[in-house]
Amino acid sequence: MDLVTIAFYFFGALTIIFGAVVVFSKNIMYSAFSLLFTFFGIAGLYVLLNADFLAITQIMIYIGGILVLIIFGVMLTTRITGVDVKSGTMGKFQLATTGILTTVIAITLLIVFSSTKWYLKEVPAVESTVNDIGNKLLTNYLLAFEAASMLLLIAIVGAAFIARKK
Amino acid sequence: MTQDVMLLSIILLLVPMLSFLINIFFGDKLGRLSGIVGTTILGIDLGLAIVVAFTKLVSHADLFIIQNKIEWFNIGSIKIVVGFGVDNIAAIMLVVVTLISFLVHLFSTVYMEGDRRFPKFFAYLGLFTFSMLGIVLANNFLIMYIFWELVGISSYLLIGFWYEKKSASDASKKAFITNRIGDLGFFIGIMILFMTYGSFMFEDVFAGISSGLMPFNSSTMLTLAGIGIFMGAMGKSAQWPLHVWLPDAMEGPTPVSALIHAATMVAAGVYLVAKVFAMFTADALTFIAIIGTITAFIPATIALTQTDFKKVLAYSTVSQLGFMIMSMGVGGYTNGFFHLVTHAWFKAGLFLASGSVIHAMHHAMHHMKDHHSDPQDINNMGGLKHTMPWTYRTFLVVTLALSGIPLTSGFLSKDGILAGTLAYANLTGGWHWIIPIMGFASAGMTAFYMFRLTIVAFHGEPKTEIAKHTHENKAQIVLPLVILTVLSFWFFYSPNPIDASKGWFHASVTQPQTAVPAAYQWDFLISEKAAPAASQHLSESSHGETGQIAEAGSHSTGHYLNKLQEETHHFHLLAMILSLLIAGTGIAFAFAIYQFKVISADNLEARFKALHNFSLQKWFFDELYKATVIAGILGISKALSWFDTYVVDGIVNASAYLTRGYGKFVGLFDNIVIDGAVNLTANTTGYLGSKIRKIQTGQVQSYVVFVLLGLLIILYFFI
Amino acid sequence: MEIGLTHYLFISAILFSLGLYGIITRKHAIMVLMGLELVLNAANINFIAFARFGGMNIEGHIAAIFVIILAAAEAAVALAIVLNIYQNFRHVNIDEVDNLKG
Repeated sequence: MDLVTIAFYFFGALTIIFGAVVVFSKNIMYSAFSLLFTFFGIAGLYVLLNADFLAITQIMIYIGGILVLIIFGVMLTTRITGVDVKSGTMGKFQLATTGILTTVIAITLLIVFSSTKWYLKEVPAVESTVNDIGNKLLTNYLLAFEAASMLLLIAIVGAAFIARKK
Repeated sequence: MTQDVMLLSIILLLVPMLSFLINIFFGDKLGRLSGIVGTTILGIDLGLAIVVAFTKLVSHADLFIIQNKIEWFNIGSIKIVVGFGVDNIAAIMLVVVTLISFLVHLFSTVYMEGDRRFPKFFAYLGLFTFSMLGIVLANNFLIMYIFWELVGISSYLLIGFWYEKKSASDASKKAFITNRIGDLGFFIGIMILFMTYGSFMFEDVFAGISSGLMPFNSSTMLTLAGIGIFMGAMGKSAQWPLHVWLPDAMEGPTPVSALIHAATMVAAGVYLVAKVFAMFTADALTFIAIIGTITAFIPATIALTQTDFKKVLAYSTVSQLGFMIMSMGVGGYTNGFFHLVTHAWFKAGLFLASGSVIHAMHHAMHHMKDHHSDPQDINNMGGLKHTMPWTYRTFLVVTLALSGIPLTSGFLSKDGILAGTLAYANLTGGWHWIIPIMGFASAGMTAFYMFRLTIVAFHGEPKTEIAKHTHENKAQIVLPLVILTVLSFWFFYSPNPIDASKGWFHASVTQPQTAVPAAYQWDFLISEKAAPAASQHLSESSHGETGQIAEAGSHSTGHYLNKLQEETHHFHLLAMILSLLIAGTGIAFAFAIYQFKVISADNLEARFKALHNFSLQKWFFDELYKATVIAGILGISKALSWFDTYVVDGIVNASAYLTRGYGKFVGLFDNIVIDGAVNLTANTTGYLGSKIRKIQTGQVQSYVVFVLLGLLIILYFFI
Repeated sequence: MEIGLTHYLFISAILFSLGLYGIITRKHAIMVLMGLELVLNAANINFIAFARFGGMNIEGHIAAIFVIILAAAEAAVALAIVLNIYQNFRHVNIDEVDNLKG
């Protein structure tokens, strides 16, 4: 077992275990903080996949931005002192049905992924992807890039508009 | 130059329309001014008419007609060409119409004073003058017919001007409907000609006839077309048996009677006959002569006993129109038209004088607060000679003219007509001698009843208080009388007071060459040199663009005299002596009975009670029509009504009943079967909907579950 | 055993199923949102993995970046909506927000 394999299993376990905690935890604050570790695990996996820029982005945007946003949302909509901080779930029947359904989906996906003959192309690992991503974004994907910036602007304005006090 | 004449003629035609428009739209604002406006406009029109007539008669005497043609519209390959034209008779008619219209306008400014619809009266007068000028200027049947009907409607409006009076509104309807009967014939005549010759233009129709083309290849159809067109003239010119409307039309205001029902509109029929004279066959002319003779005779006998001032004049008008038509019928074209013109002056004068008398009587009655006496009954008058001297003088002169006394215009024209009938009878012989005999008899009666009227109304002592209190009218009323009286003297027409045939009138109004082939025409109406002239007559002159036509023989009168005209010359002296004798006898009788009372009127009346009654009741024409035409129509209507009520309504009701029964059955079917099916569908859908809607929980997560199920299905589908 | 594409795909599949389970079962709107984030991240892992094993193709990274951008925008707008719901209903339990119920 080389170091990369060990790192993979570590980050994979981190991601899945904390992902499960996010989903199954009754306390919404636990869920939020578990999500932090999940994102961290995913960032690790990115590193293992030679995606250094995306790993940094994952940490900065998900953990520094979205997660903080979610925690703010939790605090703004829930009386922390009360029992309501716990997030309720459905009845047993629904839970069971959903469990079966998602399990079936998971198993189906696993079978599909493992049974498919993927076309693989082995290439040496590169130093950094930042240059390439920069070039691509400002050449081939310039329109999409600009559209994304417009989307973000609209999202900011829309969010501010929707959330304002009437 | 001829273009200017046409332009002036069109302006002349449209100017009275201006008067109509101003008075109909701004009449209420103008008030009393509308009379002055109307009179001024007609004065201008008169000036234009004189210019046009002078130009035509003096400067362009060599042209038969000055005219223009416009392609109005096309129906397929048929081109409808219309236009206006001025020939010699039109030029003379223009002056007659505008001058009398002008004088009547002037007269009416006083006569109609204080009437509620004063401006409307002048508007209608303007409309009438416009339509009448349209008839005069028309050079084709279509325009003629259009204006013919316009004249009819303005006559209707003016007769019924005081429509609050039932008798007036009845009279206007009677006039209109009677005219329609004549116009139907006119229309049929026009259509026969149009179908055959493909044109409404007079000249085209005449050219077609003279080329030998007959409608439906039959000379009888040409005669029928002529009689059809003459029927239009019968309606408008009140010829027997359609004369019944004219006496009733006296319900209109007196100036209207003078303008329309004495001088212009009723002369339109004669004018029409003169315009299309060239197309009448011998048979058609005989028909016209007979109708004219009867019309001259019967109303003269009726006029003998009437006591209503205007009714006497009305019957006299019908009788004189009969004279004109009779003259046309015997081929005396020039004399017939001559009588039209002279009659227009003195009959308008007579009517305006009667208007003057009636106006004065009205005033006197108003003064005396008498509202029951009849201001038109000559038995209420008498002695007006002293209270209304100017009216009397003018009335006397025009009465002499109507009676045919030398030195008047009436003598010239009536004499010519009677000479013509004598010549005609001599040339044709046999029963045709009835025509001159009845003509002379009518002339004698004319003299009698006109002097009876004069003596009873103006001479002697006043018969009522009203007559005593009358007095002469204002200058606006007297002036037109004087002008018309002056125009009734001989010197306007001929320097010779006993023979007009050397005067300018006879030189200008020459008989047109007949277009009818010799086989269907009196030989005495075809002049010796007619054959080359007839073809030239209708050929286009070199002024093709304006379409003027020069008639070959028009400026060299005398050389182409036909036999009838020569014969008329021979009979001239005889006719003159006879007519003078007869008129003298009539006048002598009138004086003997009414002035000097040598013969008792009552005695005569008692002795000839049946005849007197027959005349007084107007030969029972109205009753006859009531018993035959009206009763017949009512009978047919009743029969049709019965048929409608029992047969048609029965069928309708039966079918309605069946339909209702069927409807009920269909209704049941609808309710049970079709509605049942519809309701079943609706209920099933509703039930299913109420079950299926439970799927829509409104919860996002349940939707996600369904999405996932869908995803799974797709996944397994592809694996 | 060499760590290959399938390993990453397995992790992403499990993460995806967990996210789905969270989305469906939780009542709290923000919990649903967290499930959504897990699903998006599972997708991102796939993108990067395919990019890595398909010849170091940089396009996969670009797609992942756009997914992140989308997630950020979605999170902002979704949280605004959650706040709005809270103002209207005084709670954020989405199973009780069922005005669309048929």
